[in-house]
Amino acid sequence: MCGIVGLFLKDPALEPELGRLTAGMLATMSDRGPDSAGFAVYGAGQAGQTKLTLRGPSATAIEETVAEIEDAFPGAEASLHDTHAVVALPDQEVEALVKWLEREATDTEIVGRGTRMEIFKEVGLPSSVAERFGLASMSGTHAIGHTRMATESAVTTDGAHPYSTGNDQCLVHNGSLSNHNNLRRELKREGLEFETENDTEVAAGYLTWRMREGLSLGDALKVGLDDLDGFYTFVVGTENGFGVLRDGIACKPAVMAETDQYVAFGSEYRVLATLPGIEQARIWEPEPATVYFWER
Amino acid sequence: MPEVDLDVTPLRELNAALHRLTPETNERHWVIDHPAGRHAIASGLNVPITVEINGPVGYYCAGMNKLATVVVNGSAGVGVAENMMSGFVHVAGDASQSAGATGRGGLLRIDGNASSRCGISMKGIDIVVQGSVGHMSAFMAQAGNLVVFGDAGDSLGDSIYEARLFVRGGVKSLGADCIEKEMRDEHKRAIHEVLTRAGFDGEVDPNEFKRYGSARKLYTFNVDHAGEY
Amino acid sequence: MDATPRTTPRKSATFDDYTLSEIRRAAASGIYDIRGGGAKRKVPHFDDLLFLGASMSRYPLEGYREKCATDVWLGTRFAEKPLHLKIPITIAGMSFGSLSAQAKESLGRGASQMGTSTTTGDGGMTEEERGHSTILVYQLLPSRYGMNPDDLRRADAIEIVIGQGAKPGGGGMLLGQKISDRVAEMRTLPKGIDQRSACRHPDWTGPDDLEIKIQELREITDWQKPIYIKVGASRPYYDTALAVKSGADVVVLDGMQGGTAATQEVFIEHVGLPILGAIRPAVQALQDLGMHRKVQLIVSGGIRSGADVAKALALGADAVSIGTAALVALGDNDPLYENDYQDLGTTAGAYDDWHEGRCPAGITTQDPGLAARLDPVLGGRRLANYLSVLTLETQTIARACGKSHVHNLEPEDLVALTVEAAAMAKVPLAGTDWIPGSKSDR
Repeated sequence: MCGIVGLFLKDPALEPELGRLTAGMLATMSDRGPDSAGFAVYGAGQAGQTKLTLRGPSATAIEETVAEIEDAFPGAEASLHDTHAVVALPDQEVEALVKWLEREATDTEIVGRGTRMEIFKEVGLPSSVAERFGLASMSGTHAIGHTRMATESAVTTDGAHPYSTGNDQCLVHNGSLSNHNNLRRELKREGLEFETENDTEVAAGYLTWRMREGLSLGDALKVGLDDLDGFYTFVVGTENGFGVLRDGIACKPAVMAETDQYVAFGSEYRVLATLPGIEQARIWEPEPATVYFWER
Repeated sequence: MPEVDLDVTPLRELNAALHRLTPETNERHWVIDHPAGRHAIASGLNVPITVEINGPVGYYCAGMNKLATVVVNGSAGVGVAENMMSGFVHVAGDASQSAGATGRGGLLRIDGNASSRCGISMKGIDIVVQGSVGHMSAFMAQAGNLVVFGDAGDSLGDSIYEARLFVRGGVKSLGADCIEKEMRDEHKRAIHEVLTRAGFDGEVDPNEFKRYGSARKLYTFNVDHAGEY
Repeated sequence: MDATPRTTPRKSATFDDYTLSEIRRAAASGIYDIRGGGAKRKVPHFDDLLFLGASMSRYPLEGYREKCATDVWLGTRFAEKPLHLKIPITIAGMSFGSLSAQAKESLGRGASQMGTSTTTGDGGMTEEERGHSTILVYQLLPSRYGMNPDDLRRADAIEIVIGQGAKPGGGGMLLGQKISDRVAEMRTLPKGIDQRSACRHPDWTGPDDLEIKIQELREITDWQKPIYIKVGASRPYYDTALAVKSGADVVVLDGMQGGTAATQEVFIEHVGLPILGAIRPAVQALQDLGMHRKVQLIVSGGIRSGADVAKALALGADAVSIGTAALVALGDNDPLYENDYQDLGTTAGAYDDWHEGRCPAGITTQDPGLAARLDPVLGGRRLANYLSVLTLETQTIARACGKSHVHNLEPEDLVALTVEAAAMAKVPLAGTDWIPGSKSDR
């Protein structure tokens, strides 16, 4: 199963601390999920530019791939983070790069895409994953993170959350779906592709599909309550904030804290205990079958 | 009066020390600092001492409590006082899911709100909640009294046995086989008795509560009620 | 002209006599059929496996003089006081309530005599049981009937029950006929009603929260006792891996032939795997995590003879558990009571309406008159005899395979008689190299 953390900053003064606070929350969640970890950070973006987060099989491999990308796409700016790289380039060149990657770098995967969102995920203990990618020094307006204890699918990086559901959108999940295999087959017929047997990947694909068909993320989550069977606490990252949804039975935990400075989410209260001003925070638990959003 | 800082002393050491106490101990009042949401703090106590915890606790605080008084000056995570046998647990803040789960005796008082499944499968514990309780509270509740000053969420008392539920506010919906029942003098006395033990001194009027309990239609399987199983 | 001959009357394999009677019963009552026991229909089982005894390349051990040890340590991962059993066969969890007090006492006496453990069931620990069992495992079930910290502390190990083979995903069931005064008091239920039981634990769901629950149980018992997790055979690879990740000391895996006191017939026969197919995946999970022999595996569900014990150990289990077989040893379904079985509309060997509480052998009943038929001292002796035979048989086979400890039995000592058994146990079809569905290294 898993641990989820989320932090949405209302106070711009805390933005340089986003990474450090999120890294602290992730480390506390190791017990719930020692197998792999991942996080999405929403930092600075530039209008007209898209960031692609790429993941390669090794730090050397991704470095080579990035060098080739910079040759082929002079407008691209890249930063390297261990096995991941963030490549920023003008919006109109993105499709070309995607096709280029499919042809020239089949071992490189696009884990995230958007104006502001960057996603990093790997196998290993949450604190080492956070360290490898330098989470503690990242800044931004909001972040969600996840620690994984694999239930029915393998412990591989592909099985790690967050899963991207669209531009600047991603999903993390604590729980276990019970009808994801049927759903996966239906979504494949709708043209979606899946890399793993993981139930969360199906949930992410489901939301992506619903939004492709015209629903907002909030409405997609709402109809998801009927279509997705099982136990789940979902946290979704969006360009401007994050959303939370628990299934109708709501057995999987979810704790929220709000102050003037932030809204935070954790699978256990322990995770929130290190946040500034937590003693005065309003602490509550989201109701079952209710979609919540916090956005700027 | 021992004072223990959980940022310094490992939890396992604290609990072991508490378990080593005998009923004649002089160390009758313990103060715990910096709980920081840790789990199973003061669980398995079995002597009549008082343990005061300054801050929020994680899951299963005061789990299986016997004879002791545990005060949480903060909020409590999942399963506070789960399977309590006797004694008194007082949560000054809110309580998460399954507060008092399967409790067999003693008294649990929550000053804030309790989340879903408050009193689930209770077997004799008395629970007083000043705030509201969440959905599926008193699910399969077998015995004991649940007194709620505020509201109750969906499916209150689903599949209830003989526990008595008293709610002063509104009930969003009742669960299978749970119905509103007549409030008689004996019930008002029971409320008063539980509240007095919980430390209330007449501020709350038992007359303002409604009683909920088992319709007893599920006690013997009947095909006409198959939908409720 | 002669009349046209008729064809021979032919019954349907699909709508056989049993099925026809069940449909009639359903139509008459409007309620599903409830019974005790495990899966009765034929499924691939240990009978489909054979041992390769000593020959030119392997040499046997002499009986008696050359030892073949049978002891097993359970709970070595985290517990301060792991259990040391003399034989790798334990008595599975069965409740006081489903069984009579005399039956529970018999089990305790017999197990203690042989240096092994018994297990409480969905009703809590009785004084008699604690008194008569030298090693007692205490179950923590979704219902939490009778659960209390004193019993937790005087138990020798704690078994968290997620499910059992007969009904993985189902809760306990005890009907009004067996909710006597004493049972009602232990379970805090009104006397004579039908007990409804929860199928999920009240204060945790999922291995991430189970990890925290285990932590609590360890704190309450000062980290002394081994903590077992029991699951019905369902997704044995993942279930075992998750049990390890949650922090268990021992995994108990119960196949579909494992018995229950009472549940729906369809649950027993159509949910859960035969134990034969569950052991290798569970062992694989332990090996993948580097935990084989460090987190012990106990398997159950249709263990009947020392051959079954030996085969389970050869496939990688550390021990087995018996339930149904133990009750048979005490006298359940004994032809001695055939007249009584006939009165109940059944016959010796077929009796499974244990939920009605009218067991002629005094085992699955709360009726004092019937229960008195079981003499606990005699019952204990019979169980001890049976356990002794199981152990001797296991040793006989192990010695024939050249093993000085039964734990040294390994999959390579086995072959299969059928393709299904070969695939499920991942051992070759007898006389061939072929393991269906596997790559060559197993």
